Amino acid sequence: MTTNATEKGKILTANRLRDGEVVFLTHSGEWSENIDGAVLATEPQAQAALEARGKGDERVNLVTGTYLFDAERRDGHVFASHIKERIRSLGPTVRVDLGKQAEGKGGHFAALQGV
Amino acid sequence: MYRYDEFDSQFVNDRVSQFRDQANRRLTGELSEDEFRPLRLMNGLYLQLHAYMLRIAVPYGSLDSAKLNTLAYIAEKWDRGYGHFTTRQNLQFNWIKLEDTADILAKLAEVEMHAIQTSGNCIRNVTTDQWAGAAADEIADPRPIGELVRQWSSLHPEFSYLPRKFKIAVTGSPNDRAAVKVHDIGLRLHLNDRGERGWEVLVGGGLGRTPVIAVTVRDFLPEHELIGYLEAIMRVYNLYGRRDNKYKARIKILVHEIGAEKFRAEVESEYARRPHADTKVEERELQRISAYFAAPKFEKLPRWSATFEEARAKNKDFANWVRTNIAAHRADGYAIVNISLKPEGGIPGDATADQMRVVADLGQRYSFDEIRVSHHQNLVLPHVKRDDLFAIWKVLQASDLATSNIGLAGDIIACPGLDYCSLATARSIPIAQSISRRFADLNRQHEIGPLRINISGCINACGHHHVGHIGILGLDKKGEEYYQITLGGSSADSASIGTILGPGFAGEDVPDAIEKIVNTYLAHRQPGEEFLAAYRRLGPQPFKEALYAAA
Ligand code: HEM
Ligand code: SF4
Repeated sequence: MTTNATEKGKILTANRLRDGEVVFLTHSGEWSENIDGAVLATEPQAQAALEARGKGDERVNLVTGTYLFDAERRDGHVFASHIKERIRSLGPTVRVDLGKQAEGKGGHFAALQGV
Repeated sequence: MYRYDEFDSQFVNDRVSQFRDQANRRLTGELSEDEFRPLRLMNGLYLQLHAYMLRIAVPYGSLDSAKLNTLAYIAEKWDRGYGHFTTRQNLQFNWIKLEDTADILAKLAEVEMHAIQTSGNCIRNVTTDQWAGAAADEIADPRPIGELVRQWSSLHPEFSYLPRKFKIAVTGSPNDRAAVKVHDIGLRLHLNDRGERGWEVLVGGGLGRTPVIAVTVRDFLPEHELIGYLEAIMRVYNLYGRRDNKYKARIKILVHEIGAEKFRAEVESEYARRPHADTKVEERELQRISAYFAAPKFEKLPRWSATFEEARAKNKDFANWVRTNIAAHRADGYAIVNISLKPEGGIPGDATADQMRVVADLGQRYSFDEIRVSHHQNLVLPHVKRDDLFAIWKVLQASDLATSNIGLAGDIIACPGLDYCSLATARSIPIAQSISRRFADLNRQHEIGPLRINISGCINACGHHHVGHIGILGLDKKGEEYYQITLGGSSADSASIGTILGPGFAGEDVPDAIEKIVNTYLAHRQPGEEFLAAYRRLGPQPFKEALYAAA
């Protein structure tokens, strides 16, 4: 067993209400603009707790449209399983000059280039 | 030039302050998202992948320089310096903040623009020919009828909560450029032997997950009966349209399920039942509306422009541009300029704020202050003197706006797809870019001739892939993007829905596949035969063989 084994689990995401920015729930219950800040819940119970927390923040109008998605953590960085979440955590693949990837808060992986 | 009357501008201003209040109540939590969502959608505000998206109506695709400059201003102040022109003759901004939206709507209202009825289950903004009032082949300007329909339908209580959204398109030309056969209702102008005007009424066309070509319910409806008849159609739809299932709620499903004959009979009996006097279109009213669209005062010019001919003879690039991007104008000495928003490798329909200003300026200087948006995601200067074409081309060239590919392989329609859209199953823009690069050689594009390539990032078909000569639909197979190719679609007069050729392709294989299709056409075409005609003659077989033959 290595010390930095890949952890698989789920992340809670949403859009921030006031500006629509994509955000991820962190360990301390804040919302991070960077997917690397996200807390990865590996157990169903922990995932349910994230969801509950998200619903709470929807009720107090911080975020909207919370949901869980599959991801894994490798070497301290978070990778979304699905391309849609990778695009959400970077920005448009056709405008790498825009979005999180251009503002120093993109995920720690390369944008898809071309097709 | 189209403008709102006083009633409308009062109304638009009221809507802005209403929305400001609603947005504030949402931000402070008085309104929940469930309460607020329908309100923001009614004002064109969607939540997309990276931010909010604001969809701004461009009625009849008609803009003036003040409007286009305002869009440029909004792009820079509140967005990221660009906007996306869509197939619905709208403009979408992709990076909007909820907290800024009311200010943006107020700015739009200053130039009589808004985002009303760009969303929701109402009658959406009526669309028409981007060359309306300018095209040489036009019987009459379709916009007054579009406007009549808009004024009748806007906020009509009976039509604000339809089973589903409702889209109407109008064409006044025998060469349909408004895709009337793939709209919920399409209206098409005809003249009878005595020179009287009548409208062919087509119902039940649409794309999305169930693509269908509309059926004609009336061949020749006298103009003054138009509103009464449309009302009868809407009543039948409101009564029988399926509200239980959103995928079956469009009028096309109703027409399909009960059959064209029965549908026609229902409409006719509803229409016969009603007192026509109430809904008769008054000549005076139509004239009042027509005045908003009055043609500019064209000068009497010779048909032949020496300046133009000389420039064309001397400059091959200009001559090529003229060949594809210029269309015949109804007034002698004038031309229609089509501005391609599809440079090689570009994002179809995207325009920067600077480009918007350049076009606004050209419109003001050379085109009676008129600019149009086409449903092919391009811009149009509708009324330009042939004498000025060369000067205009030079300006466009300096802003990467002079690509001479209108109607050719590089003039690709593509929806935002997974790069922006939360409903997408795959990306569409990178596919458009890679095809555009593959066919970068403009001489080759000219050699291939008219070709429509349309791309959608999901089954909703915003990129009109079903009616592309070559259609590409992006899907998700176990988390991977893949693309289904259809051939033989068309939204023009002989509209048809494309046929799926076979299994889909990975994104990186799409340009090769398109190239094989095009080469098959080139190998089989008869002299002068365009792609669509060749496909219709040959059928899918040779294309299938080229695509799927064992390597
Ligand atoms: C990015 C945000 C967008 C969203 C969320 C969106 C959503 C949708 C949905 C859900 C439908 C299907 C409706 C139905 O069949 O009942 C639809 C249809 C359509 N959309 Fe979009 N769309 C978007 C962008 C666009 C763009 C950019 C264009 C223009 C390029 C466009 C043009 C159309 C058209 C023409 C249809 C009609 C298809 C038909 O006739 O049924 N949309 N859209
Ligand atoms: S077709 Fe699908 S992916 Fe493309 S804009 Fe429409 S909803 Fe989005």
